[in-house]
Amino acid sequence: MNWEILGIWLGAALTLCLYSFLYRDNPFYKFAEHLFVGMSAGYWVIYSIENILKPNWWQQMFPEGGGFNWIWIIPGVFGLFMLARIIPKISGLSRMAIGMMIGTGAGLNMVSFFQTNAMAQVKGTIISVSSGGVWTIFSNTLLVVGVITGLVYFFFSKAHTGIVGKTANVGITILMVAFGASFGYTIMARISLLIGRCQFLIFDWIPTIPRLLGIGG
Amino acid sequence: MRLIIPLAITFVSGMIMVLHFFVPHWPINIMGDNLQEWFMIVTAAAIFLGALNLMHVHFRKIKLKLKNWKYSPVTIIGFMAMFVAGLIYGVTSARPFDFMFMNMVAPMGSTMFSLLAFFVASAAFRAFRASNWRATLLLTSAFIVMLGQVPIGAMIWDKIPLAKVWLMTFPNTAGQRAVMIGAAMGVVSTSLRMIFGIERSYLGGTE
Repeated sequence: MNWEILGIWLGAALTLCLYSFLYRDNPFYKFAEHLFVGMSAGYWVIYSIENILKPNWWQQMFPEGGGFNWIWIIPGVFGLFMLARIIPKISGLSRMAIGMMIGTGAGLNMVSFFQTNAMAQVKGTIISVSSGGVWTIFSNTLLVVGVITGLVYFFFSKAHTGIVGKTANVGITILMVAFGASFGYTIMARISLLIGRCQFLIFDWIPTIPRLLGIGG
Repeated sequence: MRLIIPLAITFVSGMIMVLHFFVPHWPINIMGDNLQEWFMIVTAAAIFLGALNLMHVHFRKIKLKLKNWKYSPVTIIGFMAMFVAGLIYGVTSARPFDFMFMNMVAPMGSTMFSLLAFFVASAAFRAFRASNWRATLLLTSAFIVMLGQVPIGAMIWDKIPLAKVWLMTFPNTAGQRAVMIGAAMGVVSTSLRMIFGIERSYLGGTE
């Protein structure tokens, strides 16, 4: 059995099943959609076992050199508490696991977001608006003004009237240009995926049809 | 107690992580590092919970013969195929798990996302109707970026790719930065509310 051709045909059949949705919702699309959901779930479970549970839990609890690290029982217990959610009688235990996840996530994100998304962005905005050519000065000024006025637009503790309202108006204008650029970029990313799938069908799948029928090479 | 213990766990784990950043010394550094790994382990358990719930939902659909129940065995078989293949044969290349991932999951994933190209295009048609001057601005900036991404843009006018780069570097960065700084402030305040037990909705309800 030629596994390569089987793989190409499976990929092509599932691709066509999913694209059939462009006509309208139909059993082929539903089949592929349900298969995708099931296989993705299976993939993530195995991914978690292989990349998280084995190296970060099992191998820490039972190190290669032998021995047993009892401290690693704790995350295992928290993991079991999380699974207790499916048993109604003890589902309350899952709150402890959720509490641990939320607490750690909040503590971790609070400092990392403040560092990378707030401080680093503010630092990046402190640029010269008086050096370089006219175009550089204009661009840098636009960047600084855009960030400040954009932030004013997102500041809802004060009514957007008077000078605040006018500043917020400048902010929304720059935000519209930014959203337009992001939107255009997103569309092109999707289009490139579409081109990739079409290339797969045209250059990988179609040439296998004559081979399979015994025509030509 | 049903509420106090989870809130205490949230507070302790949150404070350890905050202290870990400001005081990277023993014993906080060990506690912080361990907690980060424990977090990943519990997250993996949450993925298991999601998969179990998925199976529960589909078995229930089959049992009660709910709408579209005939497709539920497809989900269950798909899940079991990946799970069993990964568990028995491993995940290295040229194994059944890898074969199914490369030839089924990955093509379906990219096809699903590429389908969005059509829906984004129709959404764009509605959004880009120049109803006011700001919508026109959005339309123009999106159009320039799209045109600058493809060779035909440069063929029409060689400055279009440069305009695209400028749009992405200056106005787009300005807008994204404003959003990012605002979102970071939101994350900080929400995290503090969670750590100090003011925000409790994640524990289910407001009890």
